[in-house]
Amino acid sequence: MTDVVMPQMGESIVEGTLTKWLKKPGERVERDELLFEISTDKVDTEIPSPVAGVLAQVLVEEGQTVAINTVVGRIDEGGVAVAATPAPEPEAVSEPVPAPAPVVVETPAPAEESAGPISPLVRRMARDHSIDLRLVRGTGMGGRITKQDVEAHLAKAPAPREAGAKVRIEPMSVMRQRIAEHMLASKRTSAHVTTFHRVDMTRVVRLRARVKEDFQARHGFALTYLPFIARAAAEALRAYPLLNASIDGANIVYHNQIDIGVAVALEGGYGLIVPVIRNADEKNVVGLQRAIVDLATRARTKQLKPDEVQGGTFSITNFGSFGSLFATPVINQPQVAILGVGAVEKIPVVIEDDAIAIRSVCILGLSFDHRLIDGALADLFCQKVKAILETWSEDVL
Amino acid sequence: MRKCELRDLGRVGYAEAFELQRGLVDRRKRGEIPDQLLILEHPHVVTLGRNGSLANVLASPEVMARAGIEFHQTDRGGDVTYHGPGQVIGYPIFDLREWKRDVVAYVRAIEQAIIGALEEFGIPARREQGATGVWTDRGKVAAIGVHISRWVTSHGLALNLTTDLSYFRYIVPCGLTKPVTSMRELGCQASRGEVVGALARGFGREFGFDEILTSTEKAL
Repeated sequence: MTDVVMPQMGESIVEGTLTKWLKKPGERVERDELLFEISTDKVDTEIPSPVAGVLAQVLVEEGQTVAINTVVGRIDEGGVAVAATPAPEPEAVSEPVPAPAPVVVETPAPAEESAGPISPLVRRMARDHSIDLRLVRGTGMGGRITKQDVEAHLAKAPAPREAGAKVRIEPMSVMRQRIAEHMLASKRTSAHVTTFHRVDMTRVVRLRARVKEDFQARHGFALTYLPFIARAAAEALRAYPLLNASIDGANIVYHNQIDIGVAVALEGGYGLIVPVIRNADEKNVVGLQRAIVDLATRARTKQLKPDEVQGGTFSITNFGSFGSLFATPVINQPQVAILGVGAVEKIPVVIEDDAIAIRSVCILGLSFDHRLIDGALADLFCQKVKAILETWSEDVL
Repeated sequence: MRKCELRDLGRVGYAEAFELQRGLVDRRKRGEIPDQLLILEHPHVVTLGRNGSLANVLASPEVMARAGIEFHQTDRGGDVTYHGPGQVIGYPIFDLREWKRDVVAYVRAIEQAIIGALEEFGIPARREQGATGVWTDRGKVAAIGVHISRWVTSHGLALNLTTDLSYFRYIVPCGLTKPVTSMRELGCQASRGEVVGALARGFGREFGFDEILTSTEKAL
């Protein structure tokens, strides 16, 4: 067996992503024939096989990123191709395949067992760990189960799994555990109340519709509603600084800076991170949109620095982008309020003179800590946000 | 003596250029030809790299077809990008065994060649950590995406000279939501020929070519 490793394609390179196997397990590969593709930064590279033989094991799956010199697969130089490939050249089998050692059957083999002969070692490992070998994927010759396969199976399954189990147990990711702690700690700490205000977004919707193409062309990213909301919230925080405060024992801590955290959902809804826009009240809509796009992109690609997710004084969560109309967000501790933004949608509303008109409307939900903030103040804050958005007059973003 | 042949080919369709590169890569691997630098321009086309995400293509295939934009999935590194008239495309077919066996150094050298070329026109440009390409204060002016097989390179760079930047709205270039710019937008009135000359000098410096032969021939 020859190990195939993640090659070092340059001095400063420490890892690479295996993007594609060009051969399947069991398939024959010639020496120097292209075996797999890797990707580092902006470079795609095809890697040839170091030896001729049969790809016996694939240890790194497509899409995985591993350090250089990690064994990504093994080639059996004396192997016989088992996949539907052109028949191997005769000389390839000149070295005889070692016959499996005679097996002393100590326990009755499971009826469905079809993975070919099982070595005494594998059988003993299976017995010791109560593993049902039918559940182990064999990557050896002809799909045979090897010692490595059993070890891989053991590493994969944290608890021995009974056949026909009704649950699957998986450890939480570190991020998931942190989110769980934070959410519960917040609910234990703050006296949560949520108040809802309906905002007529028609002016903002029209402004955005008018400028969005030019905006995208000029700045290279799209204009959303979120920077308008953030702009209005920053202005309202200036007017009502208690919502930008936090509680320290029996003291109120007023923050002189308005640093707004924006919740970012990670790929596929698995995880949440709240990067912070510093001095949000000093930015215009363009600056806020740029900050949001930059932070969200780097949050999703895990490139945020630790201090970029700490020290926010207020948060905004935009569940409207997933179609939610209104929700009751959990306060991001040690802050005392969080603004939830519902979907902007057209609905019929009764306007002046009892007429019915079609307006673009969005529902804002403000969760606040009733220990520090009373309902009246929370609603004054929301009315301020609402007034700014409904009378948006700046043509300049 | 390090020699490079520069082929200035004018407008070439994406698929044709791809085949052309394939042929030259094979011949370069066999050592039949010296290093090649193809300079050309593509009609409107959006291409997606091997690691690219279709999510970064913002427009539907129908919308792009209506706008006269082709779409290709391709085997270079990097995410999605747009090519079109007004861009200077450079496809180096280099055998890196004759230079440095280092893919990162290769990409950095291409960046440096472009930065050097821009310098000739008084445009300050730089690299950005973690974002391959060449950047100016007004955004990204050149994109890079490379494929390497047995140390022979293909694909390469796209430098915006007079590119109509509004076409970038169909995509999230390289998956980065940062602005894109062009030499023209940066106030540079240089002609295409002048830019190609400056690029050739940049490549000569960075890759240590003693001689760059220029032709307009597609094949030998």
